[in-house]
Amino acid sequence: MIKTDALIIGAGPTGLFTAHQLKLIGLNCEVVDNLDKIGGQCIELYPDKPIYDIPAIPECTGEELTNNLLDQLKPFNIKFHLNERVEEVKKNNDKWDVKTNKGTLFSTPNIIIAAGVGSFEPRKFAPKDCEKFEDKSIFYSIKDKNIFKSKIISIFGGGDSALDWAVELSKNSKINLIHRREEFRAAKSTLDQMKKLVKEGKINLFTKYQLKSVKGDEKLEGIDIEHDNKDIKSLKTDFVLGFFGLIMKLGPIADWGLSLDKKTVTVDTEKFETNQKGIYAVGDICNYPGKLKLILSGFHEGALAARACFKLARPNEKYRFEFTTSSKTIKDRLGVKSD
Amino acid sequence: MTKIVYIEHSGKSHSIDVQNGLSVMEGAIQNNIPGIDADCGGSMACATCHVYVKEEWFNKLQKKDDGEEDMLDMAFEPSKFSRLSCQLIVTDELDGLEVQLPSKQA
Repeated sequence: MIKTDALIIGAGPTGLFTAHQLKLIGLNCEVVDNLDKIGGQCIELYPDKPIYDIPAIPECTGEELTNNLLDQLKPFNIKFHLNERVEEVKKNNDKWDVKTNKGTLFSTPNIIIAAGVGSFEPRKFAPKDCEKFEDKSIFYSIKDKNIFKSKIISIFGGGDSALDWAVELSKNSKINLIHRREEFRAAKSTLDQMKKLVKEGKINLFTKYQLKSVKGDEKLEGIDIEHDNKDIKSLKTDFVLGFFGLIMKLGPIADWGLSLDKKTVTVDTEKFETNQKGIYAVGDICNYPGKLKLILSGFHEGALAARACFKLARPNEKYRFEFTTSSKTIKDRLGVKSD
Repeated sequence: MTKIVYIEHSGKSHSIDVQNGLSVMEGAIQNNIPGIDADCGGSMACATCHVYVKEEWFNKLQKKDDGEEDMLDMAFEPSKFSRLSCQLIVTDELDGLEVQLPSKQA
């Protein structure tokens, strides 16, 4: 059981700056994120897209913003739990017991939800029957490529993941590559390699096709794919891989007894507290009258939620507002010399 | 104001007056039309405002740029009449535009 003053859910820009604010006022915190990397939407959706409305930063990309926020956190030792999703939140006297999908347990008086639009999960195939084969013969990511050796594999998608795996797995397996249009959005070198393998007969390419249905009872036997012009082709296949990127899902947050409005959590504008004492929501996931989904709003919300955390984490101390320019205590925490 | 017709997957139709300059996505969100999620808020980064445009309208729309076509690869059950509604800006020319919503966005 990990004891911490505050647990932050979400390692996007808002979660990162909130961690900074907590550390500045002398609280410790840990961060959980379902992605395998830090940065949230900034890293997952638009790492290369420039952002123009961060105060005092005329232009920076999602990746640069993330790196700057991490630089700012350098003086502090913050533990990140990546690839983990918070599943359960339960009241235990004046604390919250929190459990992740990997079984990590936290005990904390404060939970700050900075989860954007929820956790990122792979986009899945449309046909309903696909569910029963999921993680058996239908995969959305690859953990062990050895299971595909000498098998027939049907890969769907037109981006880097689909093409990288088509090229890689074609070394030891028979590959069907299926994509909804003729253009691919992958790196040119991979695209050239793929085309070469198609010519050599190592990859069977089907463009303007999508998955129509899957066949088999216990075991996946084959699939039907449908052309734009409604033509249907049946393919024998042992495995199906889908690479359609990630989607954001609110997920377990919906089950924690929080007051929700559509996919957002309702908060007050003093502490950014939800209807549950000690649970706050900041950034894109919170809503209140006048809410703007801007990164800068998330920073403000995190700063206020951090102050609110102080009361519950240090009930016998009084929080004193200080400036980083003048406070010796804060400078000590930052590890910088006082004048 | 321009009339935009949103047809839910169930067939239920909503005829909405949308202010010119807004996107077809924003028109849906502001009027609580179910079936358009718009998770990323209109930055063409999520493909959850996916709509099917009625064939007679499809060719009258501004062409897709590459980024939109790439995002549509991610959409749920895309067709050749698929568009991202955040990229369709409402003008007088679109009066009466009909868009059909997919069974779900993801």
